[in-house]
Amino acid sequence: MTHATHPDVHIPGTYIFDGKAAMKGYALNKMCYSFNDKQNREEFLKDEDAYCAKYGLNDEQRAAIKARNVLGLIHAGGCIYYLAKFAGIFGLGVQDVGAQQTGMTVEEFKKKIRAQGD
Amino acid sequence: MARIVGGLTTSHIPSIGNAIPKEAQLREDPYWKPFFAAYPPARDWVQRMKPDVAIVIYNDHGLNFFLDKMPTFSIGAAPEYRNADEGWGIPTIPPFKGDPDFSWHLIESVVEDEFDVTSCQEMLVDHGFSVPMALFWPNYSYENVRTIPVCINTVQHPLPSPLRCYKFGQAIGRAIESYPKDINVVVLGTGGLSHQLDGERAGFINKKFDLLCMEKIVNEPETLARYSIPELVELSGAQGAEFILWLTMRGALGDKVKKVHSNYYVAISNTATAMMVLEKAA
Repeated sequence: MTHATHPDVHIPGTYIFDGKAAMKGYALNKMCYSFNDKQNREEFLKDEDAYCAKYGLNDEQRAAIKARNVLGLIHAGGCIYYLAKFAGIFGLGVQDVGAQQTGMTVEEFKKKIRAQGD
Repeated sequence: MARIVGGLTTSHIPSIGNAIPKEAQLREDPYWKPFFAAYPPARDWVQRMKPDVAIVIYNDHGLNFFLDKMPTFSIGAAPEYRNADEGWGIPTIPPFKGDPDFSWHLIESVVEDEFDVTSCQEMLVDHGFSVPMALFWPNYSYENVRTIPVCINTVQHPLPSPLRCYKFGQAIGRAIESYPKDINVVVLGTGGLSHQLDGERAGFINKKFDLLCMEKIVNEPETLARYSIPELVELSGAQGAEFILWLTMRGALGDKVKKVHSNYYVAISNTATAMMVLEKAA
């Protein structure tokens, strides 16, 4: 488990998207923000390398995009609200993303959520 | 003078936006039933109160604002607000009417009150605004209510503290009650309750804390305003910090309120859903 990066916060498995992360992830988040537009989503799918290069992603960000690795994207400065737009390109919702980050199947992840209502 | 009739809170999860067009069928679906069953009494209350204006306190999730410019507090001052493609398939719904005169009164009043907001003459509103409007005004029947979006940053830390948001709400309340028009105003605070989308702790829900928040927000909101943002993230999940939007709404309602309806259900998508109807008491 990793810890929140905010100087005052140490919550296991939690990442505070602060100024430092926002600077680190600027290019990556800007690209994901562009996916609000259908045309941009299509352009990305047509030539992923060219689209990432256009936004100036660094090697770490490019690798995490290539691997569709959400935790990798967060480590590279990604903010979940923008990353959700990247996941959306592949029809993945927040439960798919949650399952991937916690190493569960989607069914296991849903079960874990429901159990907290008891 | 304008009158505050009460406050509404509701979760604004995107999947609700997808479910709303199918609500009639989903009312019998075991997953959706405990959620949708709560709304008809709240809608009746809205109909009875006949609000002319809805002030909607919400957070943008990367539709209108990006990290290039990220205001802490912003207020819409447009004649109309549209929603738009958010990238993952929520349907776009009819636009919302604005009330620019009232918006400017609100902006002038809160700035005078030392809350230096960003004014927005163009503003796209995302699911944080549109899902609650569609829940409380079914079949997109909000054509007769004018809206004012009040957006609070929950994307990039530092977020404004719960206490700051509560005080901002109080300033909004003073602004409403000094508006010299004979209108009814309802204040919405959207989002929450506990949830976390990112990190290994994704899927975190804290029912005990949520129920405490729903209890205390009625008569003891100051006790909730004392939490820090890191404490709120720890207790409520990274995105559960949206509770600051509820506290802002509560600040606007003034000292005395009574709870008319409420609902709590775990879970829709990754989120503990909650809804409350608070009426301003004399």
